[in-house]
This record gives sequence, C-alpha cells and structure tokens, in this order.
Amino acid sequence: MTEAKNDRILLAHGGGGQLTDDLIRHHILPSLNNETLSELGDSAKLNVTSNSLCFTTDSYVVKPLFFNGGDIGKLAVCGTVNDLAVAGSRPVALSLSLIIEDGFEFKLLDRILASIGETARQNNVNIVTGDTKTVEAGAADRIFINTAGIGIKLTGADMGFAKIAVGDKIIINGSIGDHGMTIISQREDIKFQSQMQSDCAALAGLTCELLENTSGIKFMRDPTRGGLAASLNEISRSSGLSIEIREVDIPIKPVVQAAADMLGFDVLTIANEGKFIAIVSPESVDDCMRICKNHPLGKDAKVIGEVCQSSDVPLVEMITQIGGKRIVQMPYGRELPRIC
Amino acid sequence: MLDRIHKAQNLCQAACKQLGRQINIMEVCGTHTVSIFRSGIRSTLPKELKLLSGPGCPVCVTDQGYIDIVLQLADRDDCLIATYGDMIRVPGKNSSLERKQAKANIKVVLSSEDALQLAKDNPDKTVVFIAVGFETTAPATAVVVKEAAEEGVDNFCILSGHKLVTPAMRALLSAKNDKIDAFLCPGHVSVIIGYGAFAEIVEDFNRPCVVAGFGPLQIMEGLGEICRQLASGKAELKSIYDAVVTKEGNIAAQKIVAECFEAVDGYWRGLGKINKSTLKLKEKYSRFDAFTRFKINEIPSEEKTGCRCGEVLCGLIDPTECGLFGKNCTPQEPIGPCMVSSEGACAAWFKYGRERAH
Repeated sequence: MTEAKNDRILLAHGGGGQLTDDLIRHHILPSLNNETLSELGDSAKLNVTSNSLCFTTDSYVVKPLFFNGGDIGKLAVCGTVNDLAVAGSRPVALSLSLIIEDGFEFKLLDRILASIGETARQNNVNIVTGDTKTVEAGAADRIFINTAGIGIKLTGADMGFAKIAVGDKIIINGSIGDHGMTIISQREDIKFQSQMQSDCAALAGLTCELLENTSGIKFMRDPTRGGLAASLNEISRSSGLSIEIREVDIPIKPVVQAAADMLGFDVLTIANEGKFIAIVSPESVDDCMRICKNHPLGKDAKVIGEVCQSSDVPLVEMITQIGGKRIVQMPYGRELPRIC
Repeated sequence: MLDRIHKAQNLCQAACKQLGRQINIMEVCGTHTVSIFRSGIRSTLPKELKLLSGPGCPVCVTDQGYIDIVLQLADRDDCLIATYGDMIRVPGKNSSLERKQAKANIKVVLSSEDALQLAKDNPDKTVVFIAVGFETTAPATAVVVKEAAEEGVDNFCILSGHKLVTPAMRALLSAKNDKIDAFLCPGHVSVIIGYGAFAEIVEDFNRPCVVAGFGPLQIMEGLGEICRQLASGKAELKSIYDAVVTKEGNIAAQKIVAECFEAVDGYWRGLGKINKSTLKLKEKYSRFDAFTRFKINEIPSEEKTGCRCGEVLCGLIDPTECGLFGKNCTPQEPIGPCMVSSEGACAAWFKYGRERAH
C-alpha cells in the first residue's frame, strides 16, 4: 500500500515540507540539472549583458499529455522558445511551473521532466527557476505547465509590422497542420493508415541563423492556434496591407490533408508548433531560402505568397489550385467535427 | 488538370452565351458548397452562371421542433444524449445542446457504434442517439439498431431525423417559385443510393442531374457537363464520379436501411412537410424508437423572426440577402441552422465570402 502511494503525486508534495524537497531533489533537479537552478534560490541570478531583452510566458494544458512527435514537456519548452525566437531574440533562460493533480503518476512526471530537460539542453536554454503546486483531484486535469522565458534581442533583428512593404515575400519553413491534426486524431482516437506526427520543435536555432546572416527579414510569427490563417490575418490587419498566397505552394502532408477533409477542418486554420512565417524583402528571399533549406527544420521551406496593396480593406486571399481566388478569413471560434 | 478545368469553363461560357439568360444550378450537398468556396470556383465562372446552395446539409434541414425534443430529452436525468458534433450548437426555441452540455449527459460521438457502446457502458441510463443525416448516415444507424436488437441492449434508442434527398429535390421543383435549372447531385449520398435514383428527377421534371465528387476538378467538370446539357436542350442523368458511384449504389446498405426503416412524411426546416421524406423505424424495431419510447410527437415549431434559412435552403436568396447575416447571426452566435454547421450555406458564405470583409 505504501509502495503504491510512492508511485503517485500526493497533495503533500506541494506542502513545502520534506515531500516537496524530495520531489525537487529526486525528480526535478536530476532532469533539468544546471548550476543556476541547483542553487535553489528564491530567484535565479542571470548574468546577461544586453540592454534589450525579450520576455514571454505561456501555459500548456494539452490533452493527451503524450502525443506522436512530442509531449506536454517538450511543448512547454518549444512553445516559449519559439515565442522568443520569432521576436528576434536568442533564448537564454526559462522558468518552469508545474501544477499537478493529486494522484498523478511519478513515472509520467519523470517522463515529462526528462523531455523538458532534453529539449532545453538541445536548444541551449536553461531552466533556471521554477515552482510546483499540487491541487486536489479534479481541480486540474493531471498536469498543467507554465513556462516563461527571457531572450537576448539579436542586434541585427529589426522587425515589426511597420517594416512590412508591398512586394515582400512570405516564407514558411515547412508543412502546416501537423500538430493540430495529430492532437485531434489522437484525442478522438481516430486511426489513419499513415501515422501523423506533431511538428513540435524549437525554432531558435534556425531563426537566429536567419537573422544573423540576412538583413531583409521584416517580421516573423509562429502560427500556433488559429494556424496560418490567423497569423496571416493578424499580419494583414496590423500592417494595413493585403496578402496573397498560392494554394499550390503551401506544403501540406497528404495524410494531414486527408484527416482534415475527413473531419471537416480547413488545414489553414490548424495549429502548428514548429513553424514560423517570415516576411522578407524580395532581395533577401533567396538567402533566406538557402539558409532554411540547409537546416533540418527548414528543408521543406516554401515561398507561399507575397504582400500586396489592398484595394479597400486589407485582405488575405488565396489563389486556389484551379486558378480561382478566395478569401482566407480569420478563424472564428472553435470548429466542430462534421457528421457526413 | 488546368486543361480540363479550362474545358469545363468553356462549356459554362458557351451555355451562358447560347441561352442568353441567368443559369441557376443548385449544388444539393453541403460538402459541395464548402468545396466550391474553398477552391474559389465562383470566381472562375461566368457571371450569368449562379450556384445555389441546396438543402444538403443534414443539420440545416433539421426542423426546430426536432431540436426542441432533443433538448427536452437532455433535461431528463435518466437519459444520455449521444450526438454528432454538428448538432450541439443548433439553437432550439430557448437553448441548445451546447448550453446544456455542462450537465454532462450530452456526449459527442463520431459514429453510431460509439453511441451503442455508450449504452453498453452505462446500463443505468437510456442512451438516445440523435440519428440525423441523409442516406449516407442512415445505414450506420440501421446497423446499430440491429446490433442492439440482437444483443438485447435495451437501454439504447434512436431519435430518427434521417432524411431522404430525392423527395426534397422534388419538393423544390414543385414549388411555385422554383428557378432551378439543374442539379449538381451529391457524391456521398449517391455512393449509397446509386446515381440511378435521380432518374425520376430527370424524367419527371426534365432537369439535368449530374453526380460529381468533391474535388474542385470534379465539381468544375460536373458544372461543365450540366452546361453542355443545358445548351443542347436535353436533360440527362449522368455521374462523373466513377471512382465510387455506381448506378445501383450500395445494395447491402440499401437493404439494411429498408429492413429497419420506412419512409414517412416529415418536416424540413424551411421546406415544411415533405411526403415520404423522413425515415422512421419499422414496427419490428419500435422499441428502439425514442419517439415511441418517450411517447413524443414531432411538432413543427415556428422559426425565429427574421431568419431566412428556409429561403436560403430553397435557393431563393443568397445568405447575404438575409437581414441577420453577419450581424445578429454569426457562427459564434448562430440564429439559423445554416450558420451552425460547417457545411451550412450561411457559414460557408461567412467563412469564405467577400461580404464579411466589407
């Protein structure tokens, strides 16, 4: 009986006493090991010499916790790293807050922590401070994670909506919809013959390389919730310019397209977790594409369209495969699976 | 592919030129409606060719009276409601399943089998499967009714709102204000009923009926074929969806539907009562009929003031001509069913049309 209890998180693990100390020393520190964190101070001390920092935070409540291509831990690192990356910074440190439901299995927690540690190490970013809370059964759905991150602004990065101009090209670093359709199909337990995989990945390596080696990047964004459609509409609205994309150039994996068609989703509105859109000047598009193509996370990169003058209101439009034209709207609320 | 598209476009242009008037083609099926918008087909057609979005979205044609019955059943503590996802946001008179979902006795299922399983897993509750859809989903409902009978799953029943496509097409053409020149017939339904089922429309009403698949090329070629027929003055029955549609259809599926269901008069939103257009469980399976079990009669209820979904479904107006469109009625806060379903004409116009942007 006692042994069975040791397998699971108890409310007391959040009580600040011996059990909390055990949780930190035996489960969290070994996975995330780094000097700053090991000091276990009330705050992390960072030695950063820059007068321009980026700072962001995001919470992760994905269900299922483990999915094809990632898990909530990997997502919690990648998501925050990507927000720093597309803002033109090099991520240096993350915080990690865990909210854990009473009864959550330690072996799952350890898997998640190992994934967090591995993803952070691969991306040269340390988890330097954190917190754990436990809540009664039913007060959370197993585990929720919040991460915040600090990045050092790259000196060459000079981006913003105001920089975007007519004629600029739009680059995406690979296929869209992989994350969202993987999650939806796993949540609904729908099996497809060909396996889908989330694109969950940290993009800072590639974005830093682009920003340090080219000069014409006007804007970047990671099209997560709301997908490509939401990000392009935000860019269009905020820049006051129209956007025209070409359906034939948008990379979509056949299995993702088939799953979306079957469930009645528009892939343009489906979430991504390892993609960025870059708006680049026509002069620098070749350099950007060359750098992307030589990077594992950009080998399927495509120029999918360009920024154009808007006739009256700024619009996102798509030239379809048959040469027709349609508006790509801002996604509206949540979509429901269709019935036939 | 572009060669074939151009050929179809030429046929459309030639027909418009020859007839010298507006041509109205109705795409019956909601999946066609969405695909037409997604692929920007309207922008490639001559302006004299008008596409009307027909009554082929099962959610959209479900009468409000039926929704109100579903909502009443959802209020019962002894019932679990198993429904396809599209139905949960359809507004009844005062509420919707979504607003009642907090009660936790409403489950979204992806198949009729899931609904039957729900009944097996919850023996202390009566599971009511909200069985809507055309000939495409009716066989799947019939299969689980038979299974429930064979396995004695007595806490399972269905509220059949299944509808038949051809009676609705006949009703549209029999209406006084009919302006439909031809039908682009539904692909999925035809897989089950066979394209031969539309012969009666061609013969009795002399309108071209062409079955097409859902890709933009299929739709364009379907429209091209219709225009060719209109220009030649001879209405024909044709399927260009050879990959999956035969003249006879899926005999096994037809058999099981015929074994479990009979066609009775039914209410359609916007179209009113249509003869022999709705599927009711046969006497033999009446113990699985929620209408019988809960002693309910379907009563058509009045539609909300201002909602013109009925006229949209009949192809009489475009969604944008409705005063509520995009103002009081949006996918977030739908008033009419055509705005609820992702395949509804109003939702498709809202999502992909130019009107919202202005």
